[in-house]
Amino acid sequence: MERSVRTAAWSVGLSALLVAVVVGSAALGSVRIDPLTVAMATLNAVVIPSSVVLSETTVPWVGITVPVPGFAYTSVFAFDVPGGHQYIVENIRLPRIALAATVGFSLAAAGTVMQGFFRNPLADPSIIGVSSGAAAGAVAAIAFPALIPFGGLHLSAFVGALGTAFLVYAIATEGGRTPVATLLLAGVAIQAFLGAMISYMLVHSGDDLRQAVIWMMGHLANSTWSDVRFALPVTLVGVAVLLTYTREMNVLLLGEEDAHHLGVDVERTKLLLLALASIVTAAGVAVAGVIGFVGLVVPHIMRLLVGPDHRILLPTSALAGASFLVATDTIARLGTLSFPFGLEVSTPIVPVGIITAALGAPFFLFLLTRREVHSV
Amino acid sequence: MSRFRAGADGDDVTSEYNPAPERAAITVEDVSLSFGDLSVLEDVSLTIESGEFVGFVGPNGAGKTTLLRAISGALEPDSGTVTIGDTDVHRASAKASSRLVSVVPQDTTLSFSFPIRDVVEMGRHPHRSRFSSPTLEDREAVEQALERTRTVDLADRPIDEVSGGQRQRVVLARAIAQETPAMLLDEPTGSLDVNHQIETLQLVRELVEEGRAVCAAIHDLDLAARYCDRLVMLADGQLFRSGTPANVLTGASLSDVFDATATVTTNPITGTETVTALPKVDGSDSRDSGDGSAVRVHVLGTGSLASSVLARLETATAELDLSVGPVTAGDTAAETARSLDLERLEIPPFESLSPTDLTAFEDRIRESDLTVVIESVVKSGGVGSRQLVETVDSVADSVVFVTEADGDQSEEDSDVLPNYDRSRMIEATPETILESVDDALENGSQSAYSRSDSGSSETGSSSDGDSSTGVSAESSGD
Repeated sequence: MERSVRTAAWSVGLSALLVAVVVGSAALGSVRIDPLTVAMATLNAVVIPSSVVLSETTVPWVGITVPVPGFAYTSVFAFDVPGGHQYIVENIRLPRIALAATVGFSLAAAGTVMQGFFRNPLADPSIIGVSSGAAAGAVAAIAFPALIPFGGLHLSAFVGALGTAFLVYAIATEGGRTPVATLLLAGVAIQAFLGAMISYMLVHSGDDLRQAVIWMMGHLANSTWSDVRFALPVTLVGVAVLLTYTREMNVLLLGEEDAHHLGVDVERTKLLLLALASIVTAAGVAVAGVIGFVGLVVPHIMRLLVGPDHRILLPTSALAGASFLVATDTIARLGTLSFPFGLEVSTPIVPVGIITAALGAPFFLFLLTRREVHSV
Repeated sequence: MSRFRAGADGDDVTSEYNPAPERAAITVEDVSLSFGDLSVLEDVSLTIESGEFVGFVGPNGAGKTTLLRAISGALEPDSGTVTIGDTDVHRASAKASSRLVSVVPQDTTLSFSFPIRDVVEMGRHPHRSRFSSPTLEDREAVEQALERTRTVDLADRPIDEVSGGQRQRVVLARAIAQETPAMLLDEPTGSLDVNHQIETLQLVRELVEEGRAVCAAIHDLDLAARYCDRLVMLADGQLFRSGTPANVLTGASLSDVFDATATVTTNPITGTETVTALPKVDGSDSRDSGDGSAVRVHVLGTGSLASSVLARLETATAELDLSVGPVTAGDTAAETARSLDLERLEIPPFESLSPTDLTAFEDRIRESDLTVVIESVVKSGGVGSRQLVETVDSVADSVVFVTEADGDQSEEDSDVLPNYDRSRMIEATPETILESVDDALENGSQSAYSRSDSGSSETGSSSDGDSSTGVSAESSGD
């Protein structure tokens, strides 16, 4: 009982923090908008499906027109917000912030699962090559668009990520068993190989080099609601299923043999956890590029705060990851760090991956030297 | 049985299972298992009934742990089956088998800081469905398990902050909370101090009495003999011997399986077998009396002093033909001689020495190259012992007289063997027995009067500086 109360308290608290960070982030920018206006504009953007409508769609290649059911949406709120502000909040800042929250949520959740799964404090969401696969797919789509005939950048990255995870799993599996150590080593080897492929493509990418490099650094610029519509459902469903496996994750911490003796179908559970964590990671990485350290540092910090029990660790890490990435992306977006007493440090507008690593790494080292982080 | 439900409301109809373990025997049939080319288990078959505690004993690498892992379902055997109750462990799902058998592993190191209550609660995993929160039954099983293992006080402490012994009890609590009819323990007392070893095995014994079928790999043979109903001795992956501790733990089986010389005696306090391993006999070591036959040494005496002399002589060299007697059956010396498989002149308890015994004794003394007399025989002063001493006095070739300590023995021994040539009698303590025996034999085979000064073990051993290898060093020089 006590644990579920704690879980609820932490989750509510972190959700409130996330809302505050989102509103605060949306208020900041070249045009300052007061938080109340932001909140009202945000609520104005909330729509609910009000009726089902049929629209005519032409099926490609066949040429016949078929009716497709869809929803018509109505706004719930109608606060009085200046049109310019409404536009900035709804169409420029919120998509980026929502995407940052989604990606932070997915990376921190996947990182928590991977660290528990590998019982290794160094594990992060891309440990079995998911990020490398996504980068390979994305760089291929940027540098050689002719090779990727359909789907575009996001799909190419998503497929690259999942393909790599599957390949690593298949290589490491023998006789129905997938030893974790083999998985780790196969992941390292595949990442090295993909690194070579990516470098080759970058060398021959010509004018697309800059775009490819910026993608690989992890960026949230030019985010659209369609990015969010791609990543958010995958992340939410994936994390929701993972949340039903938190007890298995705890038992797996005892070691695979003990977990088997305690009734966990070890190989099936491992496959499921790996697949879900990879899908969730791939969804985030495909839209935002390789954003490092969120999936590594956030679970460690939350483990210090709430303990190793995945029943509380997984939801709190995901929520904290969302807040963390929204906050760091705000710094990346603003180009200015404001401190009290009118002190302002201007920073160049950079990909968010640089900020997360630049802030996350020193903080992680601080925890490490304090011996706060030593194990999963 | 509704032990765990005693405090719950009796009409808990929602539970799907019976909280008290049902009875189920473990049947292992022709199990063979190999790691690559290395065969680890060969055609092992055994049955562990419910309410039976079976200990797996054997040297390191004999396959004890592997057998446990094969029974638990962690390792799939190459051939053969393991069934618990009616369920084939290797065909059942992890969930189904984890409701039948719980395991207390050897290595219980846990590097994460779960509270102990949560670790024990993991034992309830097999009984819970994915979406349910713990039932009243789950919580009671956890509390019961904590109480039985005396870990209630620790329940809120993190598992990585308690001692190894406490952690072992927590893992046992987890297995108890699992409520299975069969339980496997791998070295359950390995990391425990003496007090907790006994406490843990007493608790396991209780669990057995409640009807569980329990197997444990146990290194400590004394504890195995004391707590197990039956021992299964494994050697090189095969079942070497199985039966009651008294039948399995014999000097012969220990020397075959452990390649060790050991005595098995009955512990006077627990009444169970106690194994004492002795230093290894060097096989190349040989001593003979010149004509090729072994040196015959007879020990006259009883009690622990005689035991210790027998053990030392037997382990120093296998080539001594040792005998002992007369000893009362059940005496420590008799037990030691039995386990070392020595010839012994045994008389039933509370009976006096018969003339036949006395004749046999005299014959044996005559045949012996050396007679070792233990101090207590002389001191007791009984009619029987006087007769024995007189026999030694008149017919023995060489005599070594063994006293308890180095102290003031010189004044008393003047009247020990009044007629015996004092110059040929050597005094010794158990520590110096090897040198003294060596010395006496040397004197006996040479001129009996050549070394009239060899009245004490110290001077007697001067020919060989290395006391611990007195016999072997002498013999290799022959």
